[in-house]
Amino acid sequence: MTPEDHLKAFLARAPYIRFLGMTAELAGDELTGILPFSPHLIGNTLLPALHGGVIGGFLEMTALAQLAVTQSTPRVHKTIDVTIEYLRPGRALTTYARADLRKVGRRIANVHVEAWQEARSQPIAALRGHFMLAED
Amino acid sequence: MSDANPNLPNPNLDAAGAMATEVPQAAALGFQMVSASNARGVMHVPWREDLVGDPETAVIASGVVTSLLDHCCGMAITVATGERRPTATLDLRIDYMRPAASRAGVTVEAHCYHMTQSIAFVRAHAWDADPADPIATAQAAFMLAGPVGPGTGGAT
Repeated sequence: MTPEDHLKAFLARAPYIRFLGMTAELAGDELTGILPFSPHLIGNTLLPALHGGVIGGFLEMTALAQLAVTQSTPRVHKTIDVTIEYLRPGRALTTYARADLRKVGRRIANVHVEAWQEARSQPIAALRGHFMLAED
Repeated sequence: MSDANPNLPNPNLDAAGAMATEVPQAAALGFQMVSASNARGVMHVPWREDLVGDPETAVIASGVVTSLLDHCCGMAITVATGERRPTATLDLRIDYMRPAASRAGVTVEAHCYHMTQSIAFVRAHAWDADPADPIATAQAAFMLAGPVGPGTGGAT
């Protein structure tokens, strides 16, 4: 399977990804998660701003998608822990995210993810997490 | 929680209950308020096919749990302050102990255990069947905005 095939399989697998409306694109083996704005993702109607849980879920799914592409296995990797830092309100715009696999061991991966909207230099949120790698 | 009694008058319940239904993401996920008292809030999300993370196990997605934890922390702050002040999540740390059971909904209890003028500190835990057997625990810090008019603010 090519990285594109792994990505397609990952995105098609989880109903929750369809609920979010998340997609992703690959440049070589580097993945960009894409979350188009949709009204059901709003957590603060006054601003309006994306819900913190939506941003957290999107960051986590981007980490898992990147792992699915580089650590190819038909099984799903499991989240152990995540720390999400919120830097700016997520506005009613498309959000992008990129994951950096800081360390991939035999069983555990440490992943950093950053999300931005209009400018990559102005991230709206970041995630650091540990993931248990599924065995084949 | 078993001490939830919608018949008891509680000024916090309306504001807290509104958080479960008025915020679009909470409504889309089907959040239900269970109880609100003593700087604590309890919320539940029923299992739903379209919220599943892995169709092989039919377990609810961790992202849904993340949303519920974040939202319930915001509700605990509303309960603690007695008003609907807009909050902004600074950080949220979640430990996932185990996956929820197949086709199980998730309940979260959040406790706003300390508050300063501008910051609220909240702990939360999530379970599927037994509060003593959590699926996830969380620790979060929130920035409190100044008091404003009738709110549309949620836990963003």
